[in-house]
Amino acid sequence: MLPAQRIRVRVQGLVQGVGFRPFVYGLATEYGVTGFVGNDSGGVFIEAEGHPPALDGFVAGLRRQAPPLALVEHVIIEVTEPLGEAGFRIVPSEGGARRDALVAPDTATCDDCLAELSDPACRRYRHPFANCTNCGPRFTIVTGVPYDRDATTMAGFAMCAECEREYRDPVDRRFHAQPVCCPACGPTLRLLGADGRPMPGDPVTTAVEWLQRGCILAVKGLGGYHLAVLADHERAVATLRARKRREARPFAVMAPDLAAADALVHLEPEAIRLLTGSRSPIVLAPRREDAAVAEAVAPGSRDLGVMLPHTPLHHLLAAQVAQPFVLTSGNLSDEPIACQDADALRRLAPVADGFLLHDRRIHVRADDSLVRVFRGREMPIRRSRGYVPAPVAVPWMFPRPVLACGAELKNTFCVAKGTQAFLSHHIGDLENYETLRSFTEGIDHFCRIFGVRPAVVAHDLHPEYLSTKYALDREDCDLLAVQHHHAHIASCLADNGHEGPVIGVAFDGLGYGEDGTLWGGELLVADLETFRRAGHLEPVPMPGGAAAVRQPWRMAAAYLDQIYGDALPDLPVTNRHKGNWATAVSMARTGTNAPLTSSAGRLFDAVAALTGVRDVITYEGQAAAELEARVDPAETGAYSARLGEDTLIIKSGDLVHAVAEDVLAGVAVERIAARFHNGLAAVVVRAVRELHRQTGLDTVALSGGVFQNVVLLERLAHGLEQAGLTVLLHHRVPPGDGGISLGQAVIAAARERATT
Amino acid sequence: LAHGAGGKATQTLVEAVFVDAFRNPALESLDDGALVDVNGGRMVFTTDSYVVSPLFFPGGDIGDLAVNGTVNDLAVCGARPLYLSAGFILEEGFPIADLRRITASMAAAAARAGVQIVTGDTKVVQRGSGDGCYVTTSGVGVLDRELTLGVLSVRPGDAVIVSGPIGEHGITIMIARGELDIEADLTSDTAAIHELVAALLDAVPVHMLRDATRGGVATVLNEVAQAAGTAIVVEESAVPVRPIVNGACELLGLDPLYVACEGRFVAVVDGSYADTAVEVLRRHPLGEGAAVVGRVEADPAGLVLLKTTFGGTRIVDMLVGDPLPRIC
Ligand SMILES: [Fe+3]
Ligand SMILES: [Mg+2]
Ligand SMILES: [Zn+2]
Ligand SMILES: [Zn+2]
Repeated sequence: MLPAQRIRVRVQGLVQGVGFRPFVYGLATEYGVTGFVGNDSGGVFIEAEGHPPALDGFVAGLRRQAPPLALVEHVIIEVTEPLGEAGFRIVPSEGGARRDALVAPDTATCDDCLAELSDPACRRYRHPFANCTNCGPRFTIVTGVPYDRDATTMAGFAMCAECEREYRDPVDRRFHAQPVCCPACGPTLRLLGADGRPMPGDPVTTAVEWLQRGCILAVKGLGGYHLAVLADHERAVATLRARKRREARPFAVMAPDLAAADALVHLEPEAIRLLTGSRSPIVLAPRREDAAVAEAVAPGSRDLGVMLPHTPLHHLLAAQVAQPFVLTSGNLSDEPIACQDADALRRLAPVADGFLLHDRRIHVRADDSLVRVFRGREMPIRRSRGYVPAPVAVPWMFPRPVLACGAELKNTFCVAKGTQAFLSHHIGDLENYETLRSFTEGIDHFCRIFGVRPAVVAHDLHPEYLSTKYALDREDCDLLAVQHHHAHIASCLADNGHEGPVIGVAFDGLGYGEDGTLWGGELLVADLETFRRAGHLEPVPMPGGAAAVRQPWRMAAAYLDQIYGDALPDLPVTNRHKGNWATAVSMARTGTNAPLTSSAGRLFDAVAALTGVRDVITYEGQAAAELEARVDPAETGAYSARLGEDTLIIKSGDLVHAVAEDVLAGVAVERIAARFHNGLAAVVVRAVRELHRQTGLDTVALSGGVFQNVVLLERLAHGLEQAGLTVLLHHRVPPGDGGISLGQAVIAAARERATT
Repeated sequence: LAHGAGGKATQTLVEAVFVDAFRNPALESLDDGALVDVNGGRMVFTTDSYVVSPLFFPGGDIGDLAVNGTVNDLAVCGARPLYLSAGFILEEGFPIADLRRITASMAAAAARAGVQIVTGDTKVVQRGSGDGCYVTTSGVGVLDRELTLGVLSVRPGDAVIVSGPIGEHGITIMIARGELDIEADLTSDTAAIHELVAALLDAVPVHMLRDATRGGVATVLNEVAQAAGTAIVVEESAVPVRPIVNGACELLGLDPLYVACEGRFVAVVDGSYADTAVEVLRRHPLGEGAAVVGRVEADPAGLVLLKTTFGGTRIVDMLVGDPLPRIC
């Protein structure tokens, strides 16, 4: 027999808070290896001693048999002197200056915990805070690293003897599960009336009674407060809408189980996988015609966002309600969701009839993630709870630590070092002060927990973005301004691990262009380092600037004026805005507060207004979303549009012209919407083919918020593939501005790699 | 061009070029006027150039503007305006009748403000290299009261007052250009505010005064918040805006907080005197619409926040250049 050997092993990656040490302990026992395992701020450290074949098996198992939530990135081994010790131990955590260990995302309740929840014999029967090393709150309760109970918002809850025993027992599922607790020692659930007075009795049971009576309930979730009402209760949902001062943005619905979700929406296998997975996002799926939800839940939409319970509290609530209920973010209109109790009680008091809450503090606000399935694969729309802060793996190095500040609306930021990019949770619209604070505090928190001191700070080119101004105020770093649509395409490249160069189609609302106009319907030839604007939609004025975004009819006015001039035919949209039409036109003609834009989003706006779908919006992208929802899938006609001769200018006005003619001819909106989508896709395909001819590039990256429109996306991707081109889509980060910061980060790194 | 819009670009230009070249203590405070010692007497000295288009508009012309503007710059420094100079740059072929009209309204404005135009200069430039007529006025006034006006006196708890409804001048000018198909029964607010200012200074402890011209009230508030290292929290519903101005702003997609005034000022006063200050202002015809619009707070330092009518808190930022939508 070979003599015993001893090795020192360092395991890096997502290895804390995921049951890694008990797993190592079990593995050591399995292979008869002695030594110890522990956590420090660099990850997991192990010393293992045994005979070579056993040691080999042990090391191989570290990767191969790792627990489900773990993400082993590196296993570094060095040989040392055997000590001849007996047994294997788990040693206490060490704090330290290095911050390489990863914080895990919040994870949906596992099957074992769920079984305990419904087992009357178990001491965690109906315990709303049950969790274990395989599930439970993480990111939203972590206040620092290393990941230990003291560095979470569970620090104030002293474990009872029974929980302590489980926590210390290496073979227990709760071994070193930092948020471990039970009814005897954990947080307390309470139900408060609208006036803040505590209600007697079982909080869940009473809360369910209230819901069933049509009341609006504020419920404290993992990353913030939600507002809940029965999904099929017309009056209650309408009341919630009115009280939230939110006209039309669709509400998400929580279904008690998969069968109930399946009764609401059509679910393909990937959607089921996402719904039931540990990240538990809202999945946007085609709504069934007979879905039992009130009209006001998702007006004007063919889709419905559904999710399943992801915490014990939601499981208890859902099981007892036994039918789908709206679970939407706890805020008023455009504010961030409330996550602190006092703030929630104050802000949500005018909305909620009661509060179901507890005393475990939320340290980081995290919205629900929102995803959909496109061509059998996940396409994120909002990447937040359950996904963050797991790193987005990219195959490139970040030579120096990067902070990328993102855009203005739907902001996320990104910190990156080594080979890891940490894309933040959804921060929101920075113009709101509370949101700006989450942005600056979030950056500090990420830099702290991941041990990043940014040497390069990337920001958007737009001088008025608050994220740009934040970047310019930072000291001791190199600044890099990144053009918005280049960042979109780079985020798609990063998403796909593709270096480029590619032909990029970046379609969105607005982004600041290198020429000082507002871009948004762009054809780029781009790689990670640089880009060239190879073509774009024909620029039109936006009469009233931001007002033209809020009021799509103004875009119709601008387009129609370019098309018809003074010979404008008698169109319904003109008549609906008689009083202001001439002013909008005069602003467009004189350039008075009418910046030029090549935006695809504004083109959709013009068509939505022109067809009577929507003249004024109450949330971003509403007009385009409602136009998409009207598309007649059977219509194969397509409007044609010219391409400019030398430069690839897409004459988008031709499409609007054709729409106007069909409106005058009395063609149904559904057919017009379809012909417009088909026509736009067709002309973009033609433009891309021309670029392909010029450059020889045969890969096309599609990015930007407009590509949440799956009708356009499908037609465009199909057309490009028919032309023999390879299409890159988004699967891991959103195509919208939520992905911008990752794009900025990888561009910053590519520039550094190129110059060093 | 953004460098003249009155926002952050202007501020950067001023700091980078002019302060650097002319460095001295009187200049560096960057107030509307400079406080200088003349033989032991305290004088305020200021200068301003006027380049408005059109030259004539409802409620005034470039002449009124040039007199009132400089008088107001003296007034917000706490001075009693005394003498002005006037310089003209005329484009070749500029009609004499128009020039007469302008000088007549300057004389009238000077008489109303109780100042004398005591010296002047005229230059003619080639056709095409000017915009008809530019006017530069300089003014001196005497500071005959003890006061410590300036952003450094601003502190948390102070009240922020606007002397009347805002945005009328800027909107009037936009409409008067005649390019927009828009009608509004609106006149410029151009006026000399020295009497109103004096009444306020006599009545309450004032910590800061500034006239809200280019860049509007929002820009003044940002300058104050940044220089004082405090927050300013404004109640949207308290900001005085005439419905007709509001309507025009909505139509034009403008925020009245950023629209220029020529006869309104922002005052920061000791919080306990807020009501008295408004009462005093409202007694004067030019201050009838005066209102407390917000408060100075300690945090978040350097930011201006707007409590919206919907209950949200929006950041009212200093614009870098022309307003451009930030929406994606
Ligand atoms: Fe964008
Ligand atoms: Mg001035
Ligand atoms: Zn579990
Ligand atoms: Zn316990």
